[in-house]
Amino acid sequence: MLYSPVPLHIPDGFLSLIVSIICWVLTVLVIGTAISRTNKSLGEKQIPLMGVMAAFIFAAQMINFPVAGGTSGHLLGGALAAIVLGPWAGMLVMTAVIAVQALLFQDGGLLVMGANILNMGLATAAIGYGLYRAVSGQSKTVKLAVTGLAAWLSVMAGALLTSLQLWLSGTSQLELVIPAMMGVHALIGLGEALITVFALGFILQTRPDLVGEGSESAKGSKAWIYIGGAVALIVVLLSPFASADPDGLERVAIDMGFINTGQSAPYNIIPDYTIPFLGETAASTIAAGVVGVIVVGLIIVLVGRGMKAKS
Amino acid sequence: MHFDAFDRYHEKESFLHRLDPRVKVLVTVVFIISNALLPDGAWLAFGFAWLFVLVNNLLSKLGIGYTLKRSIIALPFALIAITVLFSIPGKPLTTFNFMMMDLTITDMGLLRFVSILIRSWLSVQMAILLVAVTRFPDLIHALEHLRIPAVLTTIIAFLYRYLFVLTDEVFRLLRAREARSAAVPGSRSGGGVVWRAKVAGNMAGQLFLRSYERSDRIYNAMVARGYAGHLYTLNPHEMRSADYYATALAIAIIFVTHLLGRF
Repeated sequence: MLYSPVPLHIPDGFLSLIVSIICWVLTVLVIGTAISRTNKSLGEKQIPLMGVMAAFIFAAQMINFPVAGGTSGHLLGGALAAIVLGPWAGMLVMTAVIAVQALLFQDGGLLVMGANILNMGLATAAIGYGLYRAVSGQSKTVKLAVTGLAAWLSVMAGALLTSLQLWLSGTSQLELVIPAMMGVHALIGLGEALITVFALGFILQTRPDLVGEGSESAKGSKAWIYIGGAVALIVVLLSPFASADPDGLERVAIDMGFINTGQSAPYNIIPDYTIPFLGETAASTIAAGVVGVIVVGLIIVLVGRGMKAKS
Repeated sequence: MHFDAFDRYHEKESFLHRLDPRVKVLVTVVFIISNALLPDGAWLAFGFAWLFVLVNNLLSKLGIGYTLKRSIIALPFALIAITVLFSIPGKPLTTFNFMMMDLTITDMGLLRFVSILIRSWLSVQMAILLVAVTRFPDLIHALEHLRIPAVLTTIIAFLYRYLFVLTDEVFRLLRAREARSAAVPGSRSGGGVVWRAKVAGNMAGQLFLRSYERSDRIYNAMVARGYAGHLYTLNPHEMRSADYYATALAIAIIFVTHLLGRF
């Protein structure tokens, strides 16, 4: 097998439509910013560079090392990509990697791709770069230590986000999915941390001009320190809280309006026979009617276009 | 390694192969959205959706069971949904003891679990069929036509173009590690886990440098051949009337199937 999947890719069908759409919106906002930032700061030369770097992350995920009992550690790459390429370019590279994994290998779904990009591409890059940027003037030892921590936390962030999305979709139970996902990924994250640290150490030693002071990756805004720090802090604080007190998190979700208070459990977020968030009301019936009209209208437009187009 | 080592495209002369890639992407996405919105236990709609997949398999001339054979890929992830078996209130079906916890499978839980698996299984089959009847470069162009930003589609195009080159590079690195990992029978070669991780990390760093330097050469070569920031294609990708009719028909079928699941 050429390609070994990382167990964070959510397939289609496991997230509800509304959770998928919320994740897509967040992802599109961040990627849109990333594209406009990279367009401003980088020349046409950067596009081939980012493309080959995306292929590099993809290929680097095939490098593994045996751990014990037939299991092996390998790289996810989000933190490494952001550290060596800068945060925005790193995010675009990870987006391309996850998109190709979903399109070509069905590793991760299409509708849930927004969530997968958010979990494995954007959150990982933000933590990886933010923490690394915080120690930019420090010694190599400090840099590498922080890189290891950042890489580990980035995997934990991905696992936490995945768990929360599965829970909000009513696919998994919070008090089971968080400890299970976080427990497994605490170990997977160690492999990620080790490979990232040694890879970065190797690059710092052989080509310090690429990642050292004055390079593209060192130019990232200081705001990343706060963004990455904040995401890391959420992971550190939220995961123990969520595993120890899942009811507390449900309480928060209810207060934030995610969960209809009249229902006893979170898996009812998506009521079965109505449009999400609207409930079994007249509004829902109207919305369903509107969707029907849009679909029929679309079909008419397509047939009309078909008649006009040359065969 | 051959340049299309990763492509899942299967060359055939069929209606689906000739269809405009945009149409195929759009119909696949609509099908998956419709699946995601189907309520739990909409067996009739699930059945018709599968029929839709089977008919498409036939239309592609890849054989009726083509996607079925490849669709187990999403199964490992099913483990994560297993908790719904016990967590949704409903009529108890069976109780068993697992790690000192009494777990009761309810009928509603079973219904939801099976529905999640079916939705996922149907969606993954359409995605498999999409890449089996569409060349990957055509797929990228379809995405560009569907307003995915050019920066992203170009990165994806490069990723696809150089993935096999870098995979060859990875195989060389792996072979080199293998060749240096000889051991006397009965004793282990090399150090502990951290040492092995260091070797893997150095390999990743090495791969990074080789990729970085290669991207420089690639860019220079492209500029030498007139690259000015945009990739061109000789394939016109024009929508013909058959493409429009096929889209309309497919969306109508998916819509009716969806309605069957709601009433």
